[in-house]
Amino acid sequence: MQLTNRAKKIDKSEMTLAERMYLPAIAGGMAITLKHFFKKKPTINYPEQKRYLGPVFRGQHILKKDEAGRERCTACGLCAVACPAEAISMVAAERKAGEENLYREEKYAAVYEINMLRCIFCGFCEEACPKQAIYLRHDQFVPVFMSRDEVIYGKDRLVEDMSSRYLREGWK
Amino acid sequence: MDIFWIKAIIILVIFGLSLFVAMYSTWAERKVAGYMQDRPGPNRAGWGGLLQPLADAGKMFFKEDFIPAQANKWLFIAGPCLAMLTALLSSAVIPFGDTLRIDGQEIQVQGIEVNIGILWVFGIVSLGVYGVMVGGWASNNKFSLLGAIRAASQNISYELALGLSLIAVIMMTGSLSVRDIVNTQHGGGWNILFQPLGFVIFLTCAFAECNRTPFDLPECEAELIGGYHTEYSSMKLGFYLFAEYVNMFVSSCVVSALYFGGFNYPFMDKVAEALGNDATGHNIATAIGFFAFIAKALFFVFFFMWVRWTLPRFRYDQLMNLGWKSLIPLSILNIIVTGIGLMFNLRWFSWVAVVIIVAVVAVQAAMKPKAARGILEAAPVR
Ligand code: SF4
Ligand code: SF4
Repeated sequence: MQLTNRAKKIDKSEMTLAERMYLPAIAGGMAITLKHFFKKKPTINYPEQKRYLGPVFRGQHILKKDEAGRERCTACGLCAVACPAEAISMVAAERKAGEENLYREEKYAAVYEINMLRCIFCGFCEEACPKQAIYLRHDQFVPVFMSRDEVIYGKDRLVEDMSSRYLREGWK
Repeated sequence: MDIFWIKAIIILVIFGLSLFVAMYSTWAERKVAGYMQDRPGPNRAGWGGLLQPLADAGKMFFKEDFIPAQANKWLFIAGPCLAMLTALLSSAVIPFGDTLRIDGQEIQVQGIEVNIGILWVFGIVSLGVYGVMVGGWASNNKFSLLGAIRAASQNISYELALGLSLIAVIMMTGSLSVRDIVNTQHGGGWNILFQPLGFVIFLTCAFAECNRTPFDLPECEAELIGGYHTEYSSMKLGFYLFAEYVNMFVSSCVVSALYFGGFNYPFMDKVAEALGNDATGHNIATAIGFFAFIAKALFFVFFFMWVRWTLPRFRYDQLMNLGWKSLIPLSILNIIVTGIGLMFNLRWFSWVAVVIIVAVVAVQAAMKPKAARGILEAAPVR
């Protein structure tokens, strides 16, 4: 009984001498492998060559500064609340007089840490932030850890560097 | 310089060369495998992965050298040693080049010139199976033993066809010395032009003798874990694997010497004339021949790998059928046809055998009813 029309009929009749000799089939097979030998390889040699992952890839976090170079984060804690992995922790501090060129709001995060072992790169922190302070870069991975103390990213590794600002596609 | 020292240097160079080629075969094998599977192969250790063999050797040496408690200790150690020894011994009679003229003496670029060179190769090759046998037996492991038994029966079966296919070449040359066989192919008159069938048989058997895919049943992972080297680790395993590559290089050398003219290449007389007949010119001509030989041998090493990464393994009954029922009768046919040719002084006569086989095959394929010919046919779509 035929259930589908995808069935293949298989020829089970006696093989011809040419088929039993293997040699024609072997020559055919070797021609195929030789063709592949000279083909261009699709491999991307990862650490040296990187592939563009698209404008919405969620990579390493960055704490943005504004045009004047002031940190945008006001330590409201909404990102920490939104984070499903509870990866973010911070300590808030009040801005002193004379620090207006460092922090945009009166309150700022004195300590801001993301535990990259906990983070699942969901991007909820980016969505939750009312100050547009935290983003997940599309152009940079969180690299491999070699020891446990590298796992927690503090402000030293998160705050944006004004000399190479992070721009996402479609931003001005 | 004393002739003894020159000979010693030549032997050392040949020894080193086979080891070097075998070492880089392990790299080339993985490179070839990668390229044939559309990937780049090893490329981390050194430029293009060229330091990979050294890294592998380092790894092998630092692994635990384990001897199973129930194993026969001395035989267990002797196995890989034998495999390595026999692999290296057979390169002694291969003429890598013509003669070198030093201090008015003609010195052959060859380990030793014996007038039974081919017999020497055969003897050593059949000794080679002892390495596998002893190792498989001493491991005291059923899988190893099965692998060893397979190796032994396979080697014995294919040695017959190997020898028979060679007899045709020996009949044409009238000598067992490899150097004589090479010399009769002077210039472009290589044996492959006169012995096509013999060449195919010889090559197939060489694959089986080297335990290379598609005939690598002794180390068939799917059924026998690792075959005869299941229990081996560390550098003992390394020796087994390495011996396989040495064997591959040596059999490539033998194939190119017997069927592809060894160090002969077309227009070599013109080249030799242009270089002059003094010692330097002669030595340069010899060097060119040497490189021609190495190039041919390396091509066959590549060919070995090419086949390995193309063909699946044979089943054991297929292997035996192929050896006993096809290759041996065909090689006997080849001997008869060659003999008839020699009687009438027609050196190309064994092409007749090829033509007959091709004709029979073509006729038989054409006679098969058309409808049944395709292997896979889609059922009619309703
Ligand atoms: S990306 Fe997700 S898991 Fe990672 S810190 Fe942000 S909210 Fe938490
Ligand atoms: S990054 Fe945004 S959400 Fe998180 S504390 Fe700072 S301002 Fe609030």
